[in-house]
Amino acid sequence: MTETSAGRELRLESVRLLANRATDALTRAGRHCLQLWRSSLQFRVGATTLVVTGLVMLVFGVFLVDKVSSGVLNAKRDAAVNQARIGLGPARQVLAGVDAGVAAEVADAQTQLAALLTAGGTSAGVFGLVIESPAGQSGSSNAAAQKIPKALRQAVEASNIAIQYAPVHPRDDTKRYVRGLIVGEPVPARSGGMFELYYLFPLTAEQQTIALVQRTVLLAGIGLVVLVLAIALLVTRQVVNPVRVAAETAGRLAAGDLSQRIETRGSDDIARLGQSFNEMADSLQRQIRRLEDLSRLQRRFTSDVSHELRTPLTTIRMATELLHGGRRDFPPELARSAELLNDELDRFESLLGDLLEISRYDAGAARLESETADLRAVVAATVADTRVLAERQGSEVVVEQPATPVMVDMDSRRVERILRNLVGNALDHGEGKPVVVTIACDAEAAAVTVRDHGVGLRPGEAGLVFNRFWRGDVSRSRLTGGTGLGLAIALEDARLHDGWLQAWGQPGRGAQFRLTLPRRGGHTLMHSPLPLDPDELEEDDR
Amino acid sequence: MKPRVLVVDDDSALAEMLGIVLRTDGFEPFFVADGARALKAFHENKPDIILLDLMLPGMSGIDVCRAIRAESGTPIIMLTAKTDTVDVVLGLESGADDYVMKPFKPKELVARMRARLRHHDDSAGEKLTIGPPDSPVEIDVQGHQVSRDAKSLALTPLEFDLLVALARKPRQVFTREVLLEQVWGYRHAADTRLVNVHVQRLRAKVERDPEHPEVVLTVRGVGYKAGPP
Repeated sequence: MTETSAGRELRLESVRLLANRATDALTRAGRHCLQLWRSSLQFRVGATTLVVTGLVMLVFGVFLVDKVSSGVLNAKRDAAVNQARIGLGPARQVLAGVDAGVAAEVADAQTQLAALLTAGGTSAGVFGLVIESPAGQSGSSNAAAQKIPKALRQAVEASNIAIQYAPVHPRDDTKRYVRGLIVGEPVPARSGGMFELYYLFPLTAEQQTIALVQRTVLLAGIGLVVLVLAIALLVTRQVVNPVRVAAETAGRLAAGDLSQRIETRGSDDIARLGQSFNEMADSLQRQIRRLEDLSRLQRRFTSDVSHELRTPLTTIRMATELLHGGRRDFPPELARSAELLNDELDRFESLLGDLLEISRYDAGAARLESETADLRAVVAATVADTRVLAERQGSEVVVEQPATPVMVDMDSRRVERILRNLVGNALDHGEGKPVVVTIACDAEAAAVTVRDHGVGLRPGEAGLVFNRFWRGDVSRSRLTGGTGLGLAIALEDARLHDGWLQAWGQPGRGAQFRLTLPRRGGHTLMHSPLPLDPDELEEDDR
Repeated sequence: MKPRVLVVDDDSALAEMLGIVLRTDGFEPFFVADGARALKAFHENKPDIILLDLMLPGMSGIDVCRAIRAESGTPIIMLTAKTDTVDVVLGLESGADDYVMKPFKPKELVARMRARLRHHDDSAGEKLTIGPPDSPVEIDVQGHQVSRDAKSLALTPLEFDLLVALARKPRQVFTREVLLEQVWGYRHAADTRLVNVHVQRLRAKVERDPEHPEVVLTVRGVGYKAGPP
């Protein structure tokens, strides 16, 4: 039947309205939510609560509004049909003597009937009355015709009482249409024709009722959601706050403030978290203190050993020099002994020096004294320093450098020590062939490579050369009398600069060491201006 | 006359050995093993130069250095086994002119001592003026006198040498290495902190405001030069 679909439409409309309002609010918040979702547990709990309660309230509200509106409309319909049945008797009487073909008579009858039907008051509320007859329409007001839906008229013409939701004029206002209910019934006419009697019920009051219910349900729903949200947030807060405090405290601990602790109260789970955290921090603090003490002891020890060993060594050194200086007056055995004593003392001293240097690195006591200097000058000083060794080896040290100064933030003493070591090694292992020192730089980094053309390194040895006391070839003579710590110290020096020190070598083709330094202190190296493998450079040249 | 050397060191073997070496090289050494007695020995012996160990019983080498520097500009060379930067800088800041790291070679020590004792006789009647025109620093090279605003400034011989070296070539920039060679007598490049510390000490005496020097100017990345006369 037509009336049921129209009624559902009206109810659906009210439901749609409620759903729209709720989803609107949700989508607007959506974008902010996504950002907060990841960062805040409290927000996540709040949002979940909001969505779940919102959905529950929406379903509940839709159901409630649907029930109430269908109830109200059904009651109205029943009352309307009832009214039509009651009105059938009086209508027959009034219309019995009316000629369906005369409009004036029909109008008279309509006025009479309307007065008659509404006189005692009705249970279906106010309504308008329209009579359709062969003479045309005759309604409560003449200003404009009330449209009666075709489907309804056909049903009535077939001698049925019919009912349909359709727009009607409200009472005494023919300009507007409001939602309404029209009940039609046929009344036989004297002339054998048919009067169609239509009762027009405006649904204004019912609509107001439904709207009121909608508003109430919506407000109550929102209120409930807010309340549940507030409770959820409050509860989460109780859990999240201690967690946040723990996170902040852990952050400060990690940053180095070992005295940070969490305030704990009571003996619940949260308090237990705090206690465990504090215990962890205590144990951490103890460990770190112990390590710090150890490190301090180690540094003290280094310093003490340094002093205690060096003072007698100075005396020995001076005595040796004296003996060495006067060795010509000694018998040959004593003279040679004095020479050996002198030579080995040099080795002993450099070994002691290197050991102390290494132990300073191990104790973390080495400090950089950076200033901006020209890397070329440092290389030049190194080459000048190693000239004696180069002459003894019969090697030439060739320096390839840019024409402009290569200014680098560095501790020149340490860089010179690295380079002295590399050049010394290259001369030592270079078998008299030239040693090439190349300097290059770009915006971020500066590099020095030291290349020899000696025996080179066996596969895998490039990573081992920086190990302490590592010897490439035990049988090889060592003219520089290296301590075995030189490259290890050089590597530590390079690391202190946040730089790189790397080795390349091939048997028979020699070895290349590359020192790369960031041009400004604190800058992290990403690349080197020179390749480690000299073949790459040659390929580039081609 | 032999230069008199006061050796302040608590290690008797080292002191004896130093005595042998110094006597061989034509010095006249005196010894004191206790920091607390060093000042008294200094007054009694009136040495031309002092060799001072940093680690001493009684009174630390740093304190001895300060006490002597408070009343005299006698050259002091520290004998130090500590290679840590802080100790060396602390020693230099307390007034030592130079330092020798143990174990040192006797020749190296003697060369440093001679550099400190060297006299500039080639400057008869030379007068130098540097600094801002409204308040210049006047140097009487022969008389070893430095004055500013008619007030005499008490410079140690080392500070004096440093100032004279800069003042003789007012427009030239001296690198730290060049100054080390000219003033300290190093033949090879050595610890440039020596220069930095002594320039600070010199500024503290000759500048009106050591934070904004007008007499000894820093040339960033290169070295130092004398301010305009």
